[in-house]
Amino acid sequence: MEFGPHLMLAALEGAVTAAVLALMAAGLSLVFGVMRVVNVAHGEFYMLGAVLAFVVAGMAGGGAPGFVAALVAVPLIVAALAVAADRAVLRRLSYDPERTIVATIGILYILQQLALMGYGPDARPVAPPFNHRIALPWIDWGAGGPVLTWPWGLSITSYKLFVIGAAATVLAGLWLLMTRTRIGLVMRATQLDRETAQTFGIPVGRVYALVFGLGAGLAALAGVLIVPIQQAHYLMGGDALLLSFIVVIIGGLGSLPGTLIAAVLIGLSDGIISVFFSPTLAKIIATLLVALVLVFRPQGLMGKPAR
Amino acid sequence: MNARILALHGGLLALLLVLHFVLPVYHHGNLARIMVLACYAIGYNLLFGYTGLLSLGHAMFFAAGMYGMGMPFHHLGLGAELAFLAGIGTAGALALVVGLLALRTLGVAFMIVTLMFSQAFYLMILLAARWTRGDEGLVLAGADRVLFGLDLTDPDIRYLLALGLFALCLSAALWLVRRPFGRVLVAIRENPERAELLGYDIFRHKLAAVVVSGMFSGAAGAAYGLMFGYVGASFAEVHFSIFPLLWVLLGGAGTVIGPFFGVLFMFYLIDISSGLTPAYMLIAGVALVLLTLFAPQGLAGEVRRRWLRWLP
Repeated sequence: MEFGPHLMLAALEGAVTAAVLALMAAGLSLVFGVMRVVNVAHGEFYMLGAVLAFVVAGMAGGGAPGFVAALVAVPLIVAALAVAADRAVLRRLSYDPERTIVATIGILYILQQLALMGYGPDARPVAPPFNHRIALPWIDWGAGGPVLTWPWGLSITSYKLFVIGAAATVLAGLWLLMTRTRIGLVMRATQLDRETAQTFGIPVGRVYALVFGLGAGLAALAGVLIVPIQQAHYLMGGDALLLSFIVVIIGGLGSLPGTLIAAVLIGLSDGIISVFFSPTLAKIIATLLVALVLVFRPQGLMGKPAR
Repeated sequence: MNARILALHGGLLALLLVLHFVLPVYHHGNLARIMVLACYAIGYNLLFGYTGLLSLGHAMFFAAGMYGMGMPFHHLGLGAELAFLAGIGTAGALALVVGLLALRTLGVAFMIVTLMFSQAFYLMILLAARWTRGDEGLVLAGADRVLFGLDLTDPDIRYLLALGLFALCLSAALWLVRRPFGRVLVAIRENPERAELLGYDIFRHKLAAVVVSGMFSGAAGAAYGLMFGYVGASFAEVHFSIFPLLWVLLGGAGTVIGPFFGVLFMFYLIDISSGLTPAYMLIAGVALVLLTLFAPQGLAGEVRRRWLRWLP
């Protein structure tokens, strides 16, 4: 393949990564924004989404109905689990930022190791509900002007397009929820000032549980969507967590539009750098970049400086 | 120094020396490892327990000590004594650079920055697989592992050297936290604004704490590599940054003697549970959640709160 089509292929793969990453990072960012805690177990909710998708799809008989069942049920199961974790652990710590991180590290290991015990150490796939190969054209500059060619290997599957579309739809829905509904208003009020919200009769405890569940549900949804492309494995949460951290920090902690822009930026560059350079080098550059962003510009690219 | 403090810590060291002669082989080997890891925990505690800075990236200092020792030892044929010092020096230099950058942040950001630096360090070890042999790691030749004429492949010598290193770290930590320097660190933990108002340069004190803590961790890493003959990337993974946090939380943050008991307890807990299930890290997870919920003071912290108010 020529350089141009190769780059386009890398960008398309990157767009799929970006879509999944945006969902996950939106969940992490929401939890940080409203509750002011960092949920280190977020990657494990993503892993649970993928692993449970395998289980639920299997129980529902596999194929397209199995996948749809997983898509609906799994985020709800994981969200319920997260709400339980919030009630049982985080609330008792009064959401103290540092102790919450330590406790969510504990939850991370508990979920990961339970998945190892229940699901085993193997990576297993879920069949996509549909999977047509769509060849893509490329414009070459021939002798007589632009010519449309169909380079071998330049293609995307219908399922990958569906993932991008689904992520965009869910994120648009999340934005509408936050800006246009009463519950979104309540969440934003809690985010702005917890005490004042409480005095105005907002049940802050229940809002926190809801937000934590919603964040985990978004991660689980990302996990379900990725399973037909990547296999489900009990250790898949680590890298996903690291990437979403990177996205949330670059985008500005707690800023949803910033998170989205950063997800597209990181997803695309991850896809492109991984194709042309060593993926390890790409990760090193990304992690160091994030650490330096936090050191020199803690509010991120889009976030507002702390008051 | 206070007599009962001396008696308590000296008593622990004497007990460990007696155990050398009575323990069965398996536990004798375990305890040697525990003592080296306890040095790592003591170093971590200086930063977390006394200064109040929670780092999630200490594995990079442990690994810097290990690789700083192992690389010149393996590739350049440097003697064990100099290689050990090189390990501590590498860890100290890395801690200085990381401290200068990471200490510009506070709280949660500090935790994430240290986590990210540590992850980058781990990935660099994998990237330089040509020299570090990546995941596989380096096996140090037994014939060269001789420290001042003492053969490190002999379990008895290993135990006594581990005890010597542990005694050194324990007394250094005890001395450090009872000096004015240690008192200032506690003041910074309790109330940074007031410490600054009293005229202390908190940035320089914190930086010194990071470097000292990094050097303790590096010494433990270098000793671990030398004694057990293996230098591997797994010691730079995230798990290995979480472990010292767990040990210190369990043993008692901000106590000199606590980290040892944290390591001892956790080591055997994992040793026993890994015989039952491959998912032994589950124990670590449950322990972390229960500790943050019910005993944020840890073992020695509880003892201090209830009975021994003088425990340093």
